[in-house]
Amino acid sequence: MKPAPFIRHVPSTIAEAVAMLAEVAPQDGRILAGGQSLVPIMAFRLAKPAHLVDINEIAGLEKVTCDGRTLFIRACARHAAFHRPVVDNPLGALLATVAKHIAHYPIRLRGTFCGSLAHADPASEWCLVAATLDATIMAKSIRGERLIAANEFFAGIMSTALREDELLVETRLPLLARDARFGFNEFSRRAGDFAMSAALVVYRLHDGKITEARVGVGGAEANPRRLAEAEAVLEGQTPAAPLFRAAAEAAAAAIDPLEDHQIDAEYRRDLVRAVVRRALESSVRVTHPC
Amino acid sequence: MTAYTKGSGATWVGRSIRRLEDPALVTGRGRFTGDLAAAHWVRFVRSPVASGRIGSIKAPPGAWIVTAGDLAGVKPIRPMLHKFAYRPVAQPILAEGVVRFVGEPLAAVIAASREEAEDVADQVIADISATAAVIDCRAALETTAPPIHAQAPGNVVVEGIVKTPGFDDAWNGAYQVVALETRSRRQNATPLEPRAGHAAFDATTGRVTLTCATQMPHLTRTAIADILGMPENQLRVIAPDVGGGFGQKMSLAPEYVLLVWLARRHKSSFAWTEDRRENLIAAFHARDQYISLQGAFDAHAKIIALKADIVTNVGAYSCYPTTCGVEPLMAMAELPGPYDVRHYECRARGVLTNTCTMAPYRGVSRPVITFALERLMDKAAKRFDLDPVEIRRRNLIDAFPYRTATGLEYDQASYRQTLEMAATLVDLPAFRARQKQARAQNRHLGVGFAAFCERTGYGSPAFAARGMDITPGWETAVVSVDPSGFVEARVGTSPHGQGLRTTLAQIIADEIGVSPDKVSIVHGDTDRAPYGWGTFASRSLVIGGGATLAAARKVRAKLVRIASHMLEAAPEDILLGDGEARVAGTDRSLPIAVLAREAYTQTHRFKGEIDPGLAEQGTYDPPGTFSNACHAAVVEVDIETGRVKLERFIVAEDAGRLINPMIADGQVHGGVAQGIGNALFEEIVYDETGNILTSTLADYLPPTAREIPPIELQHLETASPNSLTQAKGLGEGGAIGAPAAVINALNDALAPFGVEINEMPATPQRIRALLRNAGVPS
Repeated sequence: MKPAPFIRHVPSTIAEAVAMLAEVAPQDGRILAGGQSLVPIMAFRLAKPAHLVDINEIAGLEKVTCDGRTLFIRACARHAAFHRPVVDNPLGALLATVAKHIAHYPIRLRGTFCGSLAHADPASEWCLVAATLDATIMAKSIRGERLIAANEFFAGIMSTALREDELLVETRLPLLARDARFGFNEFSRRAGDFAMSAALVVYRLHDGKITEARVGVGGAEANPRRLAEAEAVLEGQTPAAPLFRAAAEAAAAAIDPLEDHQIDAEYRRDLVRAVVRRALESSVRVTHPC
Repeated sequence: MTAYTKGSGATWVGRSIRRLEDPALVTGRGRFTGDLAAAHWVRFVRSPVASGRIGSIKAPPGAWIVTAGDLAGVKPIRPMLHKFAYRPVAQPILAEGVVRFVGEPLAAVIAASREEAEDVADQVIADISATAAVIDCRAALETTAPPIHAQAPGNVVVEGIVKTPGFDDAWNGAYQVVALETRSRRQNATPLEPRAGHAAFDATTGRVTLTCATQMPHLTRTAIADILGMPENQLRVIAPDVGGGFGQKMSLAPEYVLLVWLARRHKSSFAWTEDRRENLIAAFHARDQYISLQGAFDAHAKIIALKADIVTNVGAYSCYPTTCGVEPLMAMAELPGPYDVRHYECRARGVLTNTCTMAPYRGVSRPVITFALERLMDKAAKRFDLDPVEIRRRNLIDAFPYRTATGLEYDQASYRQTLEMAATLVDLPAFRARQKQARAQNRHLGVGFAAFCERTGYGSPAFAARGMDITPGWETAVVSVDPSGFVEARVGTSPHGQGLRTTLAQIIADEIGVSPDKVSIVHGDTDRAPYGWGTFASRSLVIGGGATLAAARKVRAKLVRIASHMLEAAPEDILLGDGEARVAGTDRSLPIAVLAREAYTQTHRFKGEIDPGLAEQGTYDPPGTFSNACHAAVVEVDIETGRVKLERFIVAEDAGRLINPMIADGQVHGGVAQGIGNALFEEIVYDETGNILTSTLADYLPPTAREIPPIELQHLETASPNSLTQAKGLGEGGAIGAPAAVINALNDALAPFGVEINEMPATPQRIRALLRNAGVPS
């Protein structure tokens, strides 16, 4: 369980990093950020990149900043950076809630938010956040930079719209409305395991009715995404147990479930039904100070 | 009382002193096989197919590769049973002509580092033409199934049959017959340290030293010397610190044989450390069984007869030394468990398949048979409208010694008492009230009990009864006091986490009258320790402890004679303790160190009445003793997702006299954790072609601390007449009772839905599938 030989490059600026990436990408060169997914895959020799461009030494890349409307998460911001709210906004509380479900503490100290997006594991909590909140992803290469909408970024299991010479330098999340409510729920066999299904819901209440409903589901399909069918059920309705059941039912019906030796389609739908309903229920129960 | 401590009169035995082995282990100073440097690293190229004929194996130019063709004169691993229709199948050290499971070693590549060896192995191309494989043991019994070995037509490699006289009459007189089918899926013991070996040639002596993560250093030496045809004195085997074994490290690894062969042939050092993926795929597996069980009851819910058909998947080869008979035959011998059942019929078969070889794993079949029998008792309780405690109360053996239907003799024990203790801790009436309340809120709680007894510390006659070519059983210890008054015990047991460094020292300390920190234990080195059988089968404290006690008593007797001589007092007036020999009722005393020095340096004073030196040997070969326990689990089942959460776990157990209660607790905790894994989490999954789908710890799921509830543990200490130390074995019990208790609790929780699960692990998806089919929405 030792990786195949590779050369590690250590740029000190983003410009250097993308220049190196452009050079080594054709020889299966990859970016190394936290390494919590890539390194085990290399140890199993499921990936044998000849070059790694290690971005951990680039100054300022671990930052999370906010301009009052948008949260900017730079490429090396670790999962643990979100353990406490990073911003005085419901988004800060949402990210803190979700962060605690990511793997185990040591992994959260090293793994990165942007790395999770680039890796695009179907069960990734951050991918679910990005999809549900319509994140914008900034990709940079020697050819320039471009912004990619989350719903165009994920392109299948562990596959994204990033080109081989592009570095995901930043993820942008819009701040939530001050009165936004959210709920998160995930199911895994053991504490810290990959989610077998996860749901994130966000909405506002206007005169007691749900507006701007977002229902995202992860771990159930090739990529996490918002489920318009479930959102439609909620829109304009008063939060209540039967409504949540109906929305969960709509979500379970809407998905195209991933199947593997552990989980058949019916069980995946069972889990989606449960996690969506529970996420909605927790959105009512919990009030987040911010 | 054989010892005294100033003021207290307390003994060391029975005290929870801290483990003497831990300071090194918890500060990174342990010495493990993988820490050794080697001139060469070995990587095994393993079969990617479950069944096939090997065409060619091509290595890249310049690579150093060894295949079966290079191993002329090397014998296969071929353990033997002379009973039970055993077919002696053989495993070549490297696959020869055919492969029989995914992960079987095909070739070894050798390079200067572990990384380079993996690079080379990556480029080896094995041309194997796949042939039909059979994975499931019931499928392997079908007449159309391909034979795995020519010696075992029909794939049955071992078969035990028992039927007690008068069985049919008893069966026909039954008031009720309760039947069930159980399925226990395959597991891996997952020791923290995978297997590892390091073989080094010594140019001065011409000997080879094999350091390896084994539970049985001496038998490893004997086996490898036999296989390679070398004098046994040319091989030294060392088991340094070993990071857990749980049985997986008691069976001979063909990889170790190859390392010794390489070291001898090339007069150099060769190392191999298994990685986790290899361990999950190719180290030994366990527990893959089907049991059909029926119980005949009289009108008072008293069991009168048991009928069982046990089919165990033994994998592709037979493990050494126990043979693959170990699972089916132990299941057959011990299935009636702690219950008074006079009539028994059983057929137990070991069936070959194209899967990884089976070997003992903590509990060996008992977790599986206890699961089956305890499910049967709960089903019978329902049939008779009794609670689970009452039906067990009516059936547990209560008079000892007791001779079972299969001829085992149960020594003094506390089957009923441990049941009542567990029942009291659970408080069944209060639980039922809480359960009812919770159900009204759509929360589903359940309670489950599991009573069992467990044969431990059994000597060579028990192995001989199985017809084994090799009958491990007895143990030897040599206890010596050196001229400085410090004590050394050299023992044939080979601890790898059990705390014997401490418990053996406690036993010796009481005899010799010194504190345990003055006692060092030498084990795991065939050059230094006397021949012994290592540590497995809950034997070490009973047998190794007994041998140690026997040796220590002889040393004590000699010390008393020396003291009597030097203090001019009658031997019966000499007391040993607190580092001194003292004349009772006087203030006359001498330090043990002075007596010891005298024994070596002033022997002329003994005038030939006392032999010089202070070292004695003890051996012990007991008939075996039965530990017992009752486990109880309280669970909550999330019926929407199928998740089972353990709320409480209770153990009332009796392993005889406790040498160190803290260490006993630790053994039970670890066993229970593995039992919970057995019940709910751990499963090796093959696809239909024989590929393993669970080859990482992201797929194969041992429970973590977060999944294990606090364990409420109570001990009884029924002294055994079959154990010199009065201790019984308890290394395996935690793993034996826990699965049945958890699954019974789960079924209790599911009862309102009219569904039942008799399969382990009871995964959330399996539970949900049952509920979904019963119309329970998620």
